[in-house]
Amino acid sequence: MTIQAPEPLLTPVYQYPESLTHVPTHYCPGCTHGIAHRLIAEVIDEMGVRQDTIGVASVGCSVFSYRYFATDFAQAAHGRAPAMATGVKRANPDKLVFTYQGDGDLASIGAAEILHAAVRGENITVFFVNNAIYGMTGGQMAPTTLEGQKTTSSPAGRDAATTGAPLRMSELLAQVDGAAYVVRRSLHDVVQIRRAKKAIRRALEVQRQGLGFAMVELLSSCPTNWGLAPDAALAFIRDEMVPVFPLGDLKVPDEPAAGAPA
Amino acid sequence: MKGTVKVDESLCKGCALCIPVCPKGLLRVANERFNARGVHPAELDDPAELCTGCEMCAIACPEAAITVFRAVKA
Repeated sequence: MTIQAPEPLLTPVYQYPESLTHVPTHYCPGCTHGIAHRLIAEVIDEMGVRQDTIGVASVGCSVFSYRYFATDFAQAAHGRAPAMATGVKRANPDKLVFTYQGDGDLASIGAAEILHAAVRGENITVFFVNNAIYGMTGGQMAPTTLEGQKTTSSPAGRDAATTGAPLRMSELLAQVDGAAYVVRRSLHDVVQIRRAKKAIRRALEVQRQGLGFAMVELLSSCPTNWGLAPDAALAFIRDEMVPVFPLGDLKVPDEPAAGAPA
Repeated sequence: MKGTVKVDESLCKGCALCIPVCPKGLLRVANERFNARGVHPAELDDPAELCTGCEMCAIACPEAAITVFRAVKA
């Protein structure tokens, strides 16, 4: 399914990544899960590790990611992707192992698994897609839901007095000794998407160098359950989510990695 | 022609996130037709050949539906 160049002098400079299958995704129009998938697939292509990568899918909207990545994939029980990835990586230490998890999966039911994978310093890479809501089940409140944000289970807005404040998983995991690389990026505009791609590359390099647990949190949109148009949902990330979940490097290895992109 | 883009309409979900990121405003929603998904796909509207192949639309596309071409120097 290669797209032909319209004129012989034109060469493709950007095309569909090899590490994505041609299965149409079930994601809603404008959902940035697709961008996260594409960035990970591009990095796997650029590193030339498609045959040596094993992904572990979570439960949530990302549950079908095993259909979309053209790498080996396993599907874990809800929240247990880091536990399964631990086994996959320990049995196959020469493979790159990553999990792809949403916030309902990672920050709620899977909070213990992710925390102890980091405590053990498991040499895996975690891609944490945070859209501040349960997407697949119909837009319920997640641990990462913003204060005052309306969801189907907090129709008057999240009340911090009874349900607590948003949980910042990256900050939590960054203070664990076993974590080597913990950063937060966003997918709300082209500049941030480029930065997110560099972080994804770095997180996989950290694993290849055996430095320990690596996680990239990606602030992501959920236009359907937020009740916003795709472009308004990106503005919501920029204006509402980024102040609560500040972007940046929370923990990076001391020594710059050899051969890592600047 | 410096560059151009092709939208794979079978993948396009009509989210229109590619449209505001084009520095030259060359992309539009094809409101007069539908793709097989039943949505109006994005398309390039560039009669003056202003597209430079900067890749901004492709980076913003959640469906990886946009292929970008650029002229090679002979």
